[in-house]
Amino acid sequence: MKLEIKDLWISVNGKQIIKGLNLDINKGEIHALMGPNGSGKSTLANALLGHPKYKIENGEILLDGIDLLKLKPEERAKKGLFLAFQYPLEISGVKFSNFLFSVMKKYDHELNIVKFKQKLNETLKKLNLDENFPNRELNYGFSGGEKKRAEILQLLMINPQLAILDETDSGLDIDSLKLVAKAVNNLRNPNFSCLVITHYQRVLNYLKPDVVHIMVDGNIVLTGDYELVNEIESKGYENIKELV
Amino acid sequence: MEEILQINKGYEEKYGFKDDVESTIKTQKGLNEDVIKEISKYKKEPSWMIEFRLKAYGIFKSKPMPQWGANLNEINFDEIIYYASPSDKKSNSWEDVPEYVKKTFDKLGIPEAERKFLGGVGAQYDSEVIYHNLRKDLEEQGVIFTDMDTAVQKYPDLVKKYFGKIIPMGDNKFAALNSAAWSGGSFIYVPPNIDVKVPLQAYFRINTKNFGQFERTLIIADKGSKVHYIEGCTAPIYSSDSLHAAVVEIVALEGSNVRYTTIQNWSPNVYNLVTKRAFAYKNATVEWVDGNLGSKITMKYPSVFMMEEGAKANILSVAFAGKGQHQDAGAKAIHLAPNTTSTITSKSICKDGGRTSYRGLLQVAKGSTKVKANVTCDALILDEISRSDTYPTMKIHEQDSSITHEANVGKVGEDQLFYLMCRGLSKAEAMSMIILGFIEQFTKELPMDYAIELNRLIQLEMEGSVG
Repeated sequence: MKLEIKDLWISVNGKQIIKGLNLDINKGEIHALMGPNGSGKSTLANALLGHPKYKIENGEILLDGIDLLKLKPEERAKKGLFLAFQYPLEISGVKFSNFLFSVMKKYDHELNIVKFKQKLNETLKKLNLDENFPNRELNYGFSGGEKKRAEILQLLMINPQLAILDETDSGLDIDSLKLVAKAVNNLRNPNFSCLVITHYQRVLNYLKPDVVHIMVDGNIVLTGDYELVNEIESKGYENIKELV
Repeated sequence: MEEILQINKGYEEKYGFKDDVESTIKTQKGLNEDVIKEISKYKKEPSWMIEFRLKAYGIFKSKPMPQWGANLNEINFDEIIYYASPSDKKSNSWEDVPEYVKKTFDKLGIPEAERKFLGGVGAQYDSEVIYHNLRKDLEEQGVIFTDMDTAVQKYPDLVKKYFGKIIPMGDNKFAALNSAAWSGGSFIYVPPNIDVKVPLQAYFRINTKNFGQFERTLIIADKGSKVHYIEGCTAPIYSSDSLHAAVVEIVALEGSNVRYTTIQNWSPNVYNLVTKRAFAYKNATVEWVDGNLGSKITMKYPSVFMMEEGAKANILSVAFAGKGQHQDAGAKAIHLAPNTTSTITSKSICKDGGRTSYRGLLQVAKGSTKVKANVTCDALILDEISRSDTYPTMKIHEQDSSITHEANVGKVGEDQLFYLMCRGLSKAEAMSMIILGFIEQFTKELPMDYAIELNRLIQLEMEGSVG
């Protein structure tokens, strides 16, 4: 799935956050988006899925040539777009497995409960999650790490064509991080694209992105290959700004 | 957001239909001593009951309309028909039930439910219980499940001992009205140490326009017994209002366990003003599971009086108020003995200008030491035009009570909706999921079929209201 973002301007509560951003992600590529706090990375992630709080002032977002801005969040999801939330929301009283089954039925109308349970159990193992985990309420009372792993659990179950991971690595201990990165790596195929938003090199060591972007103050200021990650790590964002 | 859809979308076809059949017997509009005598005469009641009715009528007339809660001033007592009967006999086989009544209850799924998971069923159509049946094995164990009118004739000693003793006729204006004009309702007696493992159910249906339904239910659980009773109610949608003023009395003797589940889904033109009270004796447990979806106005505060040591009360309620509805509901836990425990959990949802009020009383009398009481009320407001209030009253007269009270008012967050929509759910589906999660504590206490039906009703509501 090819994502094209052209001259995108986004405001939140009247404040301009994204300022003329351009980004192309080709089918089968993994891109990393790095940048200091407040540079607009999460705004971009949420706007890609159509959060009503983020107002698109100008620009275009195309997914395989389809105008994404005309679609509701659920329609974007059904087109193959997935967002792993930085702060997953707690929904009390809703059993995780019931939620996930309702969701999965959206993508596969034929899905039956036996097939679902089978896939769920396999996926839980991959993430080293207990088989009782899906009996808990959706994100309710989860630890930070559990929330992040639950997002990846959904990602693996839904198997989208373009996944956005919004700081999935923060809050994960090193073992969990490895599991998550390994699981996402396993999704790598010519039809799967991914945008990994992060502050840290750590996760990228495992994921090995094809392209790395540095975002500062609402725009991508630098794009390069994996080498750029090392440069950031040694010099920091402040010095990168000077490079630009 | 344009959310002006009628509460209970889908009610019309599922429950809102009416039978265009004139009742066999019907009193004139309005209530007076002659009408009361006529009802009583028709029922061939003993003289003590007619005296009871007339005395109650006097109290009803003397009591002003209550002004402390929902607005009841539009009720016109002179326009109401107080008694209407579709048939002049009761039956315990469906074959004998009049065809149109049978069709109604068939549509509502009553006989099907009976076959599937109930131990006994009563079905009341307007004033009279037209069908009653109890499983043979329960009957053989000495369980009595019949309509209240039959009980007056057949079990006068039990009835005289408890009828009107838990809720005196002068308790409030509508209890007085019920005491004067009552007809139908269930009578249950469970002998000592009998565990009625399957629920008993009564279904209440109003069909006549401008009608007042005043059923009267009395449940007596003898020592160490256990019973679960379920009540469901619906009515057609008329342009004019109907009144449902029931009285429910429960006596839970030592060590017994009574659960009373209600799913009230009246059409949005019914005033639902019900008095429900239980006396729980030594180590007895009474549970009210009370769901209020329908009606124009509901005022209902299921109560448990913990009379002796070790008694327990558990009152769990859900109220859903849509356009033009006011659900003024709550609970009362009255601790009259030491070591008694109560838990009140109230969940309410309002939308499209609907209003929910929680009104509760927690009382610990002098001498009731080591009481534990826990009150939680959670309200969910779905839009800017709806309203939710909490009116808790506490009268605690013992220092060593352990009391907790928690009240939360929330809105469905934009971020929560967005989260679920990002997974492929529509806004209406996301909203339903959040609401069903909110009341899950309630639904999980219902028998499976009721839980499914309740969830389905709420989903229907949400489909209609989210654009």
